[in-house]
Amino acid sequence: MQTLRRTPLHDRHVALGARMVPFAGWEMPVQYEGVIQEHRAVREDAGAFDVSHMGEVEVEGPKARELLQGLLSNDLDRIGAGGAQYTLLTNERGGIVDDLIAYELDPFRFLLIVNAANREADFDWLRHREMRGSDVRDVSDEYALVAVQGPRSLERLGLGAAHAFTFEEGAIDGVECMVNRTGYTGEEGVELLAMADDAVELWDAVLARGAVPCGLGARDTLRLEVCYPLHGNDIGPDTDAISAGLGWVCALDKEFTGADPLRRVKAGGPERRLAAFVMEEKAIPRQGMPIVEGGEVTSGTHSPMLDRGIGMGYVPAGLAAAGQEITIDVRGRERRARVVEKPIYKREEHASGGS
Amino acid sequence: MAAAETYPDDLRYHPEHDWARIDGDEATLGITWFAQDSLGELVHFEPPDEGATLTKDSAYGEVESVKAVSDLIAPLSGEVMAVNAKVVDAPETVNEDPYGDGWLVRVRLLDAQEVDALLDAEAYRKLVAEL
Repeated sequence: MQTLRRTPLHDRHVALGARMVPFAGWEMPVQYEGVIQEHRAVREDAGAFDVSHMGEVEVEGPKARELLQGLLSNDLDRIGAGGAQYTLLTNERGGIVDDLIAYELDPFRFLLIVNAANREADFDWLRHREMRGSDVRDVSDEYALVAVQGPRSLERLGLGAAHAFTFEEGAIDGVECMVNRTGYTGEEGVELLAMADDAVELWDAVLARGAVPCGLGARDTLRLEVCYPLHGNDIGPDTDAISAGLGWVCALDKEFTGADPLRRVKAGGPERRLAAFVMEEKAIPRQGMPIVEGGEVTSGTHSPMLDRGIGMGYVPAGLAAAGQEITIDVRGRERRARVVEKPIYKREEHASGGS
Repeated sequence: MAAAETYPDDLRYHPEHDWARIDGDEATLGITWFAQDSLGELVHFEPPDEGATLTKDSAYGEVESVKAVSDLIAPLSGEVMAVNAKVVDAPETVNEDPYGDGWLVRVRLLDAQEVDALLDAEAYRKLVAEL
C-alpha cells in the first residue's frame, strides 16, 4: 500500500471536518459541508481550495525559453515577464502529456504549475530533454497553492482587478505570496503560491476574510460546468489537442514536439471531437459510459447550477455541433442528451437577480 | 439542512443500510441516516417501476450524489405499489428527512416471514458503530 502524501494544510482540513480521500497519491479534502453548497459559494461569493498537491517545476537559464518553446504547444513569445499562459506539454504523436500554466518570472526563468498526477512524468519529460543552459528543477515541495475563486474573491482578499493570466508579488494579511490571476472554476479569482511553511497562516487569513473552504468535489463540478478539460479524463497522451478543442493553445506556426501530427489533424479535420452535453432526461452521466452514437463520456456529473446531468465526451465529428442529440448508456438505460456550446454554464444566462 | 443521526426504534434494518417500516402486509422502504451521510447530498433517484417485483437482498434502484452512485438493496421482497415522486423531483429530501418525507417506495410484501431476518434498531446501531 502506498503512503498518501499530505499537504501542509492537512490538519486544517481535518479540523474543519473535511471528508478526506485519496487523489493522485495525495490525501485531499473532497468536501467539507457539501459539494453543492461549496459550488454555489464559488459561483455567488468566494471559495478557497487547497491545491498544494499540484506540482511546480522551475526552468531556468539562458536556454530556458528555447527548451520550453520546443516542448510546449503555446507560444511563450506572446507573453512577457509577469505573464502566464495555458499550454500543453505534447508528445511526438501530438498527444497531451499534461496541460499546465507557464509563468514567465523573468526572461530566463519560468515556473510551470502542473497536474499533481503528472508531476513526476512532466519533470522526467523535461529533464530528459534538458539542454546546456537550461536547468529544470522540481520545486513542488517548497510551495503551497491556495486558489480563491468567485465573484467576491478579490474584494474579500482586498485585491484590485488585474488582467487574467498575469501575476504579481503580493501579500495577504502579511503572508507573502505570488498572486496569480488564474483558476479552474470559470470565475474571477486568484491562485496564491506561498512558501509551504506559510501555508497555514495564508489559509487562515483567506478563511477569516470569508472565503468558504471547498474540496475537490466542487472543484470538479465547477470546472466541468465551464468545460475545462481534466487531464486523465478528457485529455491524455492518446488524445490530440485539435480533437479536444484546444487548438487555440497550439501555435502551429512554430516548431514544437508533435506539431506535425497536429497540423495534419487540423488540415484533415478531426474524426472525433470533444463535445459538451446536457442531459435531456433525468440521469447523471459518468466517465466511461458509452455514447450510443459512438464514443464515450470522459467526464460527467450533476451540475449544481443547471440542476441536471452534464458531461463531455468524444463523439463523431458530425455529431459535435450544438443542438445534436446523442444517447448516453447509463448502466444499461438509454438516456437522451443534447450537445451544447461550451461552456455549459454561462454566468449571464443563469445569474438570478442583481449584478 | 442535513438531519441529525438517528435510527428509529419502530423500523427494521438491512445491513446494506436500508430501512423498512412494516405495516401489516405492506412496507415502506428507504435508506438510513448512515447511508445518506456516506453518499452526501443526493441529486438523483432512479426508482423501480410501479408494479415491479423487488427481491430481498437484490438491487431495486439507484441513488446518486454528485460523486457517487449506490444501488438500493431491497430489505424485503415485494411488489411496488408506490414510488415517492417527491424524492424523484427533489432527491435531497432523503438527506433532510431520511425516515419521513424521504421514503423511497411502498411495497406489498410477498413473504412476511422475511421480516424476522432484518435487524432491529439496536442491532443496526451496533453495526454502524463498528464501521
